[in-house]
Amino acid sequence: MNRNSPPAEADTGALKARATVLRRHMLTMARGQGAGYIGQGLGIADTLTALYFHELRYDPQNLGWADRDRFLLSTGHYSIALWAALAEAGIIPVEELVTYGADNSRLEMSTLDTTPGVEVIGGSLGHGLGQGVGQALGLRLDGSDARVFVELSDGEMQEGSTWEAAMSASHFRLDGLVALVDCNGIQADGPVVLDMEPVADKWTSFGWETFEIDGNDMDAVVATLAKARQRNGKPKAIVLRTLPGKGVRRIEQSEKSHFFRVDVSQWDSIIDEFEKSVGAGQ
Amino acid sequence: MTAAMEAGRTLAMGENEAARGGRKSIDAPFGKALARIGQQRKNIVGLTADLGKYTDIHPFRDAHPHRFFNVGMAEQNLVAVAAGLARTGKQPFATTYGVFASRRAFDFVAIALAHSNLDVKIIAGLPGLTTGYGGTHQAIEDLALMRMIPGLTIIDPMDATEIDAATVAMSDHPGPVYMRLLRGTVPVVLEPGYKFEIGKARKLRDGMDVGIISTGLMSERAIDAATALEKRGISVGVLHVPTIKPFDTHAVAEFAASVGSVVTAENHVVVGGLASLVVETLFDAGISKKVTRIGLPDRYIECGAVPTLQQKYGLTVEAVVERIAALD
Repeated sequence: MNRNSPPAEADTGALKARATVLRRHMLTMARGQGAGYIGQGLGIADTLTALYFHELRYDPQNLGWADRDRFLLSTGHYSIALWAALAEAGIIPVEELVTYGADNSRLEMSTLDTTPGVEVIGGSLGHGLGQGVGQALGLRLDGSDARVFVELSDGEMQEGSTWEAAMSASHFRLDGLVALVDCNGIQADGPVVLDMEPVADKWTSFGWETFEIDGNDMDAVVATLAKARQRNGKPKAIVLRTLPGKGVRRIEQSEKSHFFRVDVSQWDSIIDEFEKSVGAGQ
Repeated sequence: MTAAMEAGRTLAMGENEAARGGRKSIDAPFGKALARIGQQRKNIVGLTADLGKYTDIHPFRDAHPHRFFNVGMAEQNLVAVAAGLARTGKQPFATTYGVFASRRAFDFVAIALAHSNLDVKIIAGLPGLTTGYGGTHQAIEDLALMRMIPGLTIIDPMDATEIDAATVAMSDHPGPVYMRLLRGTVPVVLEPGYKFEIGKARKLRDGMDVGIISTGLMSERAIDAATALEKRGISVGVLHVPTIKPFDTHAVAEFAASVGSVVTAENHVVVGGLASLVVETLFDAGISKKVTRIGLPDRYIECGAVPTLQQKYGLTVEAVVERIAALD
C-alpha cells in the first residue's frame, strides 16, 4: 500500500525478493491448471512488482478511492501476473490463487473487471490504452493528480486502435498517462509475426516521451518509473524488453511460451528448478 | 422537385428530416437538449469523432467547451475514451455516424461499454436512408447489429420532441444506450407534453383493419398514411415503438391482437430489426397473424438524392399507403 506520491526511495533489494514471490505464485497457479500464460506473467513480474510495491498510489482497503493511480492490464491474458500482484498487495486472498482458471473462479485466464482490483476488461487487445486516455481525461477534469498506467504488448501494437489512442493521448497532453509496452517478442502464432521495430521511435513520433529499458532489470524499471513522473505535457511510454518465462529456464527456452502446457510431473520439476535457482541467487 | 433531383444527382449531404406537411421543426434538438441538461448535470461530457457539427452536438460544445473532446476520425478510440471517462464518474455522450458506431466500433461498444454496463450514450447519425451517400454512410443494419449486444438500450426516435425527451431519459438511465439521431432541421410531430419512457411503446392512433407497428422516422409516415387510408375507408392504427431494446413485447402483442393484420415500418433493413422483433414477439405470444414488412431490402443501397431513394425503396407516405391499400 502506498498513499503517497511521489513514493519514498525504492528498496530494490526488497522489490527483487518480492518479484520472486510473485513468480512463485504464478508457478503454483499454472501448475494447478497444468497450463497458462506463464511465460508472459514471468516476463512482466518485475514491472508489476515495481508498480504495486513502489510506484502506484492506492489503498487495498479502499479500492474505489477516487485519487488512486490506475493500473490497466490491457493484455487480459497476463492475468496470472496480476492475480499474483493483487494477492501480495492484499487485495485478493493468497489462498485463492490456486483457483486460477478453474470453473467459478474470479481469477480468470483473461481479466474481467468483476474481480477486485481490476480496472478494465482486458483481452480484446487494443482496448486498454484508449480507456486509459479516457480515465486520464476524467481525472484531469476532476482536478486529480492521480496517474494512469496502461500495460500493453508488442503484439498488441498491431491493433490499429492502439495508435488511435496514442495519437489522442499526446493531442490531449495527458502527462499523467504512462504506457508500459511489454516487448517480449512473442505472439499467438509464434515469434512476433509483424515487425514492430523500431518500437521506441514509433511512440516518440506519436508525441510521447519514450524510454527503452530491460524490463527484467528492477533497478532500471524503478528508475525509469521515477523519470516518468514528470508532468511536462507529454504522455510517457516505457518500452520494456522482457524475456518470456524470465526466471525459469525451461519456460524461457520453450517455443510454446505464448501458452505453456506441460504435465503435472514436469511442473514439479520446473518448480524445483525455480527454487534451486532462487536459492542459488539466480 | 429541385433541379438536382430532376437531374438525378446526389444531394451532397442528404436532406434534413425537414418538416413536411406543414409541421413545425426544430434545429439540432439533440444538441440543444444536451446543452440544457449539461447546465445542471456537470458530469455530462461530450465527445465526437470529427463529426461534431454533423451530429448536432455543437450546441453542447459551445456551451461547455471544457467538457467536450474531439478525438478525430477514430471511432474505436471514441468509444474507448468514453468508457474510460465513464469509469471516472462522467456520463459521456459520444457522437458519430451509425455506420461507424455499429460496424467499426462494434467490439468496443460490446466489450468496453456493454460488458461492464458503463454509463455511455452513443448518438448515431444518418440512420437508414437519411443520406444519399450510399452504403458507406447509410446505417441500414445498425439496429440488427446493436440489438445483439447484451444490456444495450437502443432507441430510434421519431421526431424532435422525442429526441429531446429521450436525451433526458437516457441521462436518467445509468447504462449504455445507442440512439439513432435525426439531425439538422427535425420535424415536430409529437406534442410537447409527450412522455418518453425507455422500453415503452406508444399508441399514436387507433384503428381496426390494419395495425402499423413502426419506429423512428417511419412513425411520422405511418400517422400520415393512416390519415390518408381512412379516407379510403381503411381503419389503420399506429403503435410507435421508439425503444428497440428492451422491446415492449406486451404492448406489441396487445396491439397486434386488436387489429386485422399487422404491418411493420422501419427505416432499416427488414432483416433483424423491428420486423424480426415483431414476428418473434407475435410467435412467442401465440398470435398467428400475417405481418407485412415495410423497410429496406436485404442489400446495400446506391447513392442518390434522399427523396428519390426513399421513394424508390418505399419509405414515403405514399408508398406506405399503396402497400397497405393493396393488402388482401
